[in-house]
Amino acid sequence: MYGVSQEQLDQIDILLVQELIDIGVHSVIIVDVAGNVIAEHDNGNSQCDVHAFAALAAGNFAAVDAMAQLVGEQEFSVHFHKGEKESINFSKVNDDLLLITIFGNDVSLGFLRLKTAKIIEEIISIWKVTEY
Amino acid sequence: MGFVNVKKMEVLVKLVYYGPGRGGKTTNLDYINQKYKERIKTDMVSIKTHGDRTLFFDFLPVDIGKIKGFDIKIQLYTVPGQVKYNATRKLVLKGVDGLVFVADMQEEMREKNISSFKQMQENLAEMNKDITKIPLVLQYNKADLREEGIPLLDFDTIDADLNGELKLPAFEGSAITGYNVVKTLKKAISLTMLSFKKELL
Ligand SMILES: Nc1nc2c(ncn2[C@@H]2O[C@H](COP(=O)(O)OP(=O)(O)OP(=O)(O)O)[C@@H](O)[C@H]2O)c(=O)[nH]1
Ligand SMILES: [Mg+2]
Repeated sequence: MYGVSQEQLDQIDILLVQELIDIGVHSVIIVDVAGNVIAEHDNGNSQCDVHAFAALAAGNFAAVDAMAQLVGEQEFSVHFHKGEKESINFSKVNDDLLLITIFGNDVSLGFLRLKTAKIIEEIISIWKVTEY
Repeated sequence: MGFVNVKKMEVLVKLVYYGPGRGGKTTNLDYINQKYKERIKTDMVSIKTHGDRTLFFDFLPVDIGKIKGFDIKIQLYTVPGQVKYNATRKLVLKGVDGLVFVADMQEEMREKNISSFKQMQENLAEMNKDITKIPLVLQYNKADLREEGIPLLDFDTIDADLNGELKLPAFEGSAITGYNVVKTLKKAISLTMLSFKKELL
């Protein structure tokens, strides 16, 4: 079992809200490879079952990663699914974490990717786990 | 690996049901889902084939209450048991905290139980997890079929096959009737919680 401190979680929460929710992202979730929800935020209109979503997201990411290896790629570090109203972007933070954003057509993918890359760097510098 | 969220005062634990195809893993989760309806706020997620075989996993989060102020959420998963899905089983095992091995007591399943158990051990070893250390409970399932006159392995035989050396907790069960389903789950949860260092819980 492992965890991070309250301060670290606070810092991550602030990042997610200020950098993503405030620019119009509908929902953002950080998930670990086991499928655990590490942090989550939404704009107040989300009815998504976040634990089920996390389990599926971690499984999906792991499956695509395994496919990457089968075709001789190290990894596909970003995955993107486009819907009519909602789209989902998956980014790998490090070997243990994924950052998932759900957003509508009003957010440009280019801008989102730029933001995401920046946030990932910050999360990596914040993230120090304690094992129990 | 279980995650402790000190901000939300929540502990997330991953418990995986493993075992040969058609052994009754999904049926265990179905029973738990029915039995603990009031504690399970969400639908069970199942990624399965048209024939109701597990294709990727089942997922069922169960809130078991508080320990030292932390809400304990046990996230139950099943692996797909069919032989061809080992790559998928490995994905589901990522970050596992505890395991239930569901064996099928029917005589004809003897070899399948043994090879599934061996493969579980290999898969865990690949993840640097030692089968003698990880919390693990065995369930010898479909005991109800004895009444139907279907030839079953007796407890001692199946236990010698799978559990001869490890001497882990093992129960006969019937996921269909619910016999020992909760007992198996509770034992697996308590072993898993005990495996975490005392510091926190
Ligand atoms: N008689 C009897 N049948 C059972 C029992 N548990 C499961 N079954 C039946 O066995 C079949 C397979 O059960 P599942 O729970 O889908 O098996 P599984 O282990 O999830 O199989 P995979 O998803 O392929 O790995 C179903 O038809 C169940 O109804 C049991 O305790 N007794
Ligand atoms: Mg199944």
